[in-house]
Amino acid sequence: MKPFRLHEPATPQEAAALLAQESGAAALYAGGTELLLAMKAGLLAYDALINVKSVAGLDAIAADDDADGGAVVIGAGATRGAVVIGAGATHSAVERDPLVRERLPLLAEVTHSVANARVRNVGTLAGNLCFAEPHSDPAALLLVYEAEIDAQGPSTLRRIPMRALQTNSYETSLAPDELVVAVRVPPLPAGMSGAYSKFGRHHRPTLGVAAAAAVADGRVADIRLAVGCVSPVARRLSRSEDVLRGERVDEIGADAPALREACRLAAEDAEAVADLHGEADYKEHLTRVFLERTLLRALARNGSGGDA
Amino acid sequence: MPNGMTEGTPNGATEIRARFRLNGAEAEAAVAPQTPLIDMLRGEFGLTGTKRSCDAQVCGACAVLLDGQPVSSCTLPAFEARGKSVLTIEGLAADERWSPLTEAFVNNAAFQCGFCTPGMLLAAKALLEADPDPSEEAIKDALRGNVCRCTGYKKIVEAVREAAEAMR
Repeated sequence: MKPFRLHEPATPQEAAALLAQESGAAALYAGGTELLLAMKAGLLAYDALINVKSVAGLDAIAADDDADGGAVVIGAGATRGAVVIGAGATHSAVERDPLVRERLPLLAEVTHSVANARVRNVGTLAGNLCFAEPHSDPAALLLVYEAEIDAQGPSTLRRIPMRALQTNSYETSLAPDELVVAVRVPPLPAGMSGAYSKFGRHHRPTLGVAAAAAVADGRVADIRLAVGCVSPVARRLSRSEDVLRGERVDEIGADAPALREACRLAAEDAEAVADLHGEADYKEHLTRVFLERTLLRALARNGSGGDA
Repeated sequence: MPNGMTEGTPNGATEIRARFRLNGAEAEAAVAPQTPLIDMLRGEFGLTGTKRSCDAQVCGACAVLLDGQPVSSCTLPAFEARGKSVLTIEGLAADERWSPLTEAFVNNAAFQCGFCTPGMLLAAKALLEADPDPSEEAIKDALRGNVCRCTGYKKIVEAVREAAEAMR
């Protein structure tokens, strides 16, 4: 690997200033589980890395139960706010965190399935999102959670919706001098259950599908669907959601016209592309099959309490 | 100033003094930022039990425990050891409390070529520390990131189960 210098800033502002100072010659480093592989392979080269883990407290995982922070009211005035996952928090820290397990059980479950224990012990959730590797699980799931990203520039902090963070394979909407400081994940609304499926024959997933639904009076009251890995950027499947919203749950079986239509639209909206994992039509087929399975699993979990 | 960091410059460090615990003893080395942990362990300390194989965090042959948790030393920079505790297979082998684990691997013929064994044993140790009575499913889950091309895994899972029983 080409030698590089190491910066260890003490604050996010200092890290952002270093990014500006190095003007493109430096990259942020958190777990390095993606970045260092690409650097070892000679696909990326930087003069310097900026270690975000040297920022004290950036690995914290905490609740934002301030009602102004978008907390979900769960009755009797109690609120269940977003879980704010610091940019230095590893996948292992996320999957073990009591707050994540209580409020975001599906995130804990999916995080445990990411890569292997060694990668989870080092790699971070924020780093995973920023590297924007398409063959990865968290993005589609966080679209369903409607997560938000806190990004720090040299002087300003802004909040980016998850759907606007990743713009292409390995590309994000972050400015050259911005770094993610936290991933804010609100719990699914009360009554909504979720499920996630992944499929692949390689080390990285070929497909990931996230589904969450709330049922009221026997009908789909609310629904969120997303697919990842089959295209450069994970996508919400709004047209499929629209088709299923209001449908009677007991009529959503394997051969229900609404479900078939939702799966057909999902395969279209996934905008699958061919790569080493397979041709586009193969990925469209996977999207149809796994959207159906995942949605039925999410509906089956409904009423069992919690989002997983 | 982060633990053990050499005096920084505005342009960033090109050498980092890493002080850490290595197999229970105090250790220190000067490393370049790009030096992976495995190169420091093998090159500076002669601990050649740690094996490089896939070099991409997939196979587990290079696994060592950092503060008790498995990491891939092929990719983790050596400076990440600062202020932490590193356990390699040499440290595990010298710790008699863990000889039931290594003996179980021998008794069950849980290896042939042995190249994956250091990583397997360290991953198994991390599992047994967290869960002294793991189910077969839990053993498979903990070891699913460690690749063995000889045994077919059955004997490895049996060895870990036997070690858990022996150590309870």
